Amino acid sequence: MSGQPGRNVVFFGATKGMGRSLARLMAARGDRLFLLGRDPEDLERSARDLEVRAGAESGSMGHAAADLMKPEGFSAALDAAGEALGSIHVVVITAGVFAAQDDLEADPDRVKWMLDINFTHTILFCEEARKRLLASGGGSLVVFSSVAGDRGRKPVAIYGASKAGLSFYLESLDHKFRDQGLITLDVKPGFVKTGMTAGLKPPPFAGEPEAVARQVMKAIDKKKPLLYTPFPWGWIMWVIRTLPRFVMRRLGF
Amino acid sequence: MAVSKQELTGWGRHPTVNGLERLTEDLESGSKGAELSRGLGRSYGDASLPVAGGFALGTRLADRILAFDSETGLLHAEAGLSLHDLTWTFLPRGWCSPVMPGTAYITLGGMVAADVHGKEHHISGTFGRHVERLRMRLADGRVIWTSRADHEYPDLFRATLGGMGLTGHVLEVELRLQSVPSPWVYQETERVQSLGLFLDALDKAAESWPMTMGWIDCLKSGPSMGRGILFRGRWAQPSEAPTKTPSRKPRISLPIDLPSALLNSFTMRLFNEAVYRSHWRRLTRGVVHPEEFFHPLDKVLQWNRGYGRRGFTQYQCVVPTRDGAARVLKLLTEAKAASFLCVLKDCGAEGEGVLSFPRPGTSLAIDLPIKEDTEQVVARLNEQVIHEGGRIYLAKDTFTREAHFRAMEGERLDRFIEIRRLYDPESRLRSTLSRRILGDRSPGVGPFSKTQE
Repeated sequence: MSGQPGRNVVFFGATKGMGRSLARLMAARGDRLFLLGRDPEDLERSARDLEVRAGAESGSMGHAAADLMKPEGFSAALDAAGEALGSIHVVVITAGVFAAQDDLEADPDRVKWMLDINFTHTILFCEEARKRLLASGGGSLVVFSSVAGDRGRKPVAIYGASKAGLSFYLESLDHKFRDQGLITLDVKPGFVKTGMTAGLKPPPFAGEPEAVARQVMKAIDKKKPLLYTPFPWGWIMWVIRTLPRFVMRRLGF
Repeated sequence: MAVSKQELTGWGRHPTVNGLERLTEDLESGSKGAELSRGLGRSYGDASLPVAGGFALGTRLADRILAFDSETGLLHAEAGLSLHDLTWTFLPRGWCSPVMPGTAYITLGGMVAADVHGKEHHISGTFGRHVERLRMRLADGRVIWTSRADHEYPDLFRATLGGMGLTGHVLEVELRLQSVPSPWVYQETERVQSLGLFLDALDKAAESWPMTMGWIDCLKSGPSMGRGILFRGRWAQPSEAPTKTPSRKPRISLPIDLPSALLNSFTMRLFNEAVYRSHWRRLTRGVVHPEEFFHPLDKVLQWNRGYGRRGFTQYQCVVPTRDGAARVLKLLTEAKAASFLCVLKDCGAEGEGVLSFPRPGTSLAIDLPIKEDTEQVVARLNEQVIHEGGRIYLAKDTFTREAHFRAMEGERLDRFIEIRRLYDPESRLRSTLSRRILGDRSPGVGPFSKTQE
């Protein structure tokens, strides 16, 4: 079911960046989306955008409030999604936060905030989603991690750690539940030009969110467990993963 | 979020300003304190550039469509929506922007700010005519809706159309799309031997065709000055168009700067000759892809790099009389400053925008690669245009002096300044262009500095 158009998708983070691009592609090919996010007005605007672009009926894309800082609300949000969609075939999570390493080092509260959102609470949300998908016979869980989790690097010590932990969890999920029909896809984007990275100087090979979205769609259809995106970030990370520690220690990135 | 210093330029890549562009999906909060909105940066000169050290709100990520009425064609969208995106979303459903300028890589906000025009100007007027309402953040921080018949904010709507972003930040746009019989275009192209014949043919085409324009070779002097190719088109009827939806054309990108010296008078002559000669039949006709007709240059992303590191500007003016247009063209030809083809278009009635560019007459547009004397060439052309009673297009302009602009615009400029003062007495909204053309000297900002080649 998860490889076919016309799926029911719960989308956490569809209002911005790569999530916005992916949600548009899904809607365009006939998927029905239910959006989760913090700001109801922002969700409403994105839901209308998806409907108009897909030529879908007004009001067909619903939404409910969910905040990665408030894990106690996850269950109710997924209940609302299930009620609106009937059954859930795909759950996508693109939500997450980024902050510069210097800012994090200066403020332990910010470190906790980032780890809570990107790691602890994202996993809590995945656990809720996993249970529901398994209960209905399986589906796809698509979670955006990052290439920053592949290797310990100076400028992303904490952000990278949060994503490394998340990816570790996602791999385990895929091993454990694939037999039962739950396909977990860990998406590791490289540098992508979005609002989140707008203040950073783009490195070579910086990608566009639309390119990421197209690749993620294919990876979901092919039931892949892991995707580096956009091209050529898989190759770049292969090189970075093979660099010896003494080299990494000298590098600034 | 930390925002690093950036070197910002317009499409012509000159001048360069050290400023900030803060990109965000949320224009309402992002516009707080911003000096200027910047869309896709397609204006050629300095219209989209904040003053040195200043910060602009980058709007291109705010591209959501908020409502569309398929009965009336009324579209409500965020200001960062691009014409490209709009076209490919709605053209397959039989709707299109009623005004199609030469590139689709522009935002709704930019289309409002420059009050853009296209090949259909003699019929459809400028973009502003089709705008119903604008949601704006004013200089004093208020977020409001404004429209033509607005009594609460008089003249704001009219001043914003063509106001180059200086009256407030455009956050959302409500406009009426045009319904089209098919997504394809029926086009005729005709080779014409001289400027006189060209202007005749343009006049004649305007009587029965909704879309017209021409390319002329302005490196040719003497009797064949102004020879070129005339384009006329209309939306194709379903009976003559292919039944399928036109597919999106692949994009080529120009990843490096070509050497500035590549474009010299010899290669440009060769190019122009080739374009003219390749149209070996006098007349061709047929149904073409809409992109081929409206936005042929969009095929090459970053084609502006073809002019090399020194960059280029575009000179576009409109002059009321045909003789006047011929005199400006002659001056252009003699200056030997021009590059490729010159675009010729007959403009229809003046729009309602206080500073909108088009007025009845003939519009000429030509790329000028930047050289030592480009500023002088532009000044000479401007003097001629003033003499002819014409005006220039700020969205293309890089070098026009304040005094020349004032001489062209006179009362219209006074009116604009008056309205701007009403809504923004401290000139909080400003750009490198407003400093150059309107003489903004806002307190608290350092001396005007721009990096020059």
